[in-house]
Amino acid sequence: MPPPTAPKSGDALFASVERVNAELFTLTYGAIVRQLLTDLEEVEEVNKQLDQMGYNIGTRLVDEFLAKSNVSRCADFKETADVIAKLGFKMFLGVTATVTNWDAEGTSCSFVLEDNPLVDFVELPDTCQGLQYCNVLSGVIRGALEMVSMKTEVTWVRDMLRGDDAYEMRVKLTKQVPEEYPYKDDD
Amino acid sequence: MIGVGKAKQYANVLDKPLSRGRQEVSLSAFAFLFSELVQYNQTQVDNIAELERRLEDAGYAVGARVLELLCHREKGNRRENRLLDILLFIHSTVWKVLFGKVADSLERGTEHEDEYMISEKELLVNRFISVPKDMGAFNCGAFVAGIVRGVLENAGFPAVVTAHFVPIEGQQRPRTTILIKFAEEVLQREARFG
Repeated sequence: MPPPTAPKSGDALFASVERVNAELFTLTYGAIVRQLLTDLEEVEEVNKQLDQMGYNIGTRLVDEFLAKSNVSRCADFKETADVIAKLGFKMFLGVTATVTNWDAEGTSCSFVLEDNPLVDFVELPDTCQGLQYCNVLSGVIRGALEMVSMKTEVTWVRDMLRGDDAYEMRVKLTKQVPEEYPYKDDD
Repeated sequence: MIGVGKAKQYANVLDKPLSRGRQEVSLSAFAFLFSELVQYNQTQVDNIAELERRLEDAGYAVGARVLELLCHREKGNRRENRLLDILLFIHSTVWKVLFGKVADSLERGTEHEDEYMISEKELLVNRFISVPKDMGAFNCGAFVAGIVRGVLENAGFPAVVTAHFVPIEGQQRPRTTILIKFAEEVLQREARFG
């Protein structure tokens, strides 16, 4: 058996994937939010839809992450959080997050984003003050973790678009679903 | 203190220095997001034409902003006012910034002189898309057609812009052609310019 390959560094990982201009990404995301606001009218509904879109992405993105990052099974939630912050964010968005504010049980922590490619050019008008503009990101985290047997609740606690000094999302591990063996085949 | 990053707070988005546009994200991140855009819009429509129109609308919003951004950053606040120049601007500058390369070709229609075509062998948004048989000629390039229309219209060149698959001989995947049909007034103005 070949020796297990060491996980790549975040920078090496990002350098190894195909990339596109972040502005295309930013503006496309803006177009999505704008369409949702027009269609759904209620800001709360838009928040939900963005979260759902993120969740859908997360459930698919985790496969690519595991396939390309050479990361092996994480020992605990702390390690998982570190991997997401250093490698996950880096591989897809080219930025890193800081993991902080752990609770005593080690089941909830915060990701603080230093750079957030979603929000370039963005300003929330008065009518959209309740909008969780970056909800897609929290959805991605929730969706991706669910695929690796961790049920989480992810909420934004700080948002620079709403006048805070950083982007901070709180991730709370609510349930670790034990993996069952033998795996059931989907028919 | 942990958690205070390099991101600075600005009272107003316009106070923030304009990025130089060198930042990148992974192609997958974009592809996942784009796929959500398409899937969401599929839930909002009854037919393919409507779906293409909605993707075009989304693209239009991007195009309008791209024009403003690039005129400022790449063109020193000037924008093209001649037909060929604006087409070249899209084919080269806009394409380069958004898709990392100039478009494969820019041609004038042979049958109608108000028609121009920008073609791309593998349009970025179609990279990971395969259209199910029952969706006929649906082309996600409608989004890019929308971007082109957004740039053109906001630069004063109203046009109808559509995306089409064109089979290439000996190739499995067709290329995408963005067909631009300018409004009559644009050609009349162009003729007066001489």
